[in-house]
Amino acid sequence: MAFLTDRKRAMGLGSAKSGTAHFWAMKVSSVALLVLIPLFVFTFGAALGGTYEEVIAYYQRPFPAIVAALTILVAFKHFNDGVQTLLEDYVHGLSQRIAIIVMTLISYGAAAVGIFAIARLAL
Amino acid sequence: MVQLTLPKNSRMTSGKTWPKPEGATNLKEFHIYRWNPDDGKNPSVDTYFVDLDDCGPMILDAIIKIKNEIDPTLTFRRSCREGICGSCAMNIDGINTLACTYGMAEVKGVVKIYPLPHMPVIKDLIPDLTHFYAQHASIKPWLETHTSAPAKEWKQSIEDRSKLDGLYECIMCACCSTSCPSYWWNGDRYLGPAALLHAYRWIIDSRDEGTGERLDDLEDPFKLYRCHTIMNCAKTCPKGLNPALAISQIKKLMVERTV
Repeated sequence: MAFLTDRKRAMGLGSAKSGTAHFWAMKVSSVALLVLIPLFVFTFGAALGGTYEEVIAYYQRPFPAIVAALTILVAFKHFNDGVQTLLEDYVHGLSQRIAIIVMTLISYGAAAVGIFAIARLAL
Repeated sequence: MVQLTLPKNSRMTSGKTWPKPEGATNLKEFHIYRWNPDDGKNPSVDTYFVDLDDCGPMILDAIIKIKNEIDPTLTFRRSCREGICGSCAMNIDGINTLACTYGMAEVKGVVKIYPLPHMPVIKDLIPDLTHFYAQHASIKPWLETHTSAPAKEWKQSIEDRSKLDGLYECIMCACCSTSCPSYWWNGDRYLGPAALLHAYRWIIDSRDEGTGERLDDLEDPFKLYRCHTIMNCAKTCPKGLNPALAISQIKKLMVERTV
């Protein structure tokens, strides 16, 4: 370590030639959520307080079910990408990689559970 | 994991209070960070009193006066005393700025002076900027061309030249980069606002032919994308520049050539 030049230290391993896809994906999911979240709030709000049968009937309609499924899918993808950025910021080394794997599993797991639940209601 | 507390040998201790100048009535109190690599002690904060009736109006005037008349061991960088060399960048009253262009009247009460945050300290108010300068060099801050040089000069229209306004004025004082939390936590890999502003200055230079390679070299989750646009850099820049805007322009170009 002691004999590396300053320039070599600054260059590090060079550019990863990636990162734009992640950045763009965050923008796309942000815009999608801008539309989806209000739709989800209003459809979910409409079903809120109904009886079991009413809720089942409501979520058997395509629009509320598709909105809910998309919201859950996009929100957890957005959450996953966001948390990855956060972990890259604050956690370093091996624990960073482990944390990213764990958070990815949790995000996709939670999305799968949500979509399964909606499928059970809708189908 | 990010270290949120100071390491043991960096914890502050209370320092010496230097005597007030005799017969002075208009005194200003200064708390200044002191650390000497040679005495093995932890850093401390010394207290000084400066007679404002016998001192220039800027913070730099006061610390030069302290060095000349009270404590010659106080160590800091300074050169041009007019905000063009960037040597006297330090943390004054909680803001990274230039001591020479920051007025004493802008600080209410005690003036607290520390070195630029989160950099290794060489002595007192002098941070080690070696890595910061090497990062600047790594973005190749010069004109890159493949076409053979014209006999007279590389021409540039007035409009294209005006694109460099707000960028070329950067004096590399490091106020912005050392105010950026992303640079604190990932400064080894993240280039920081100053180097990225300079990178953008060459990317949008109409005469530069290395645009693609420059973007290639920056496209990295750490070198570029650690910027989350919190804009500390723009807020603190003593030259009134906006590195955050330059960085988002780079990101925009990255998207432009992908999507």
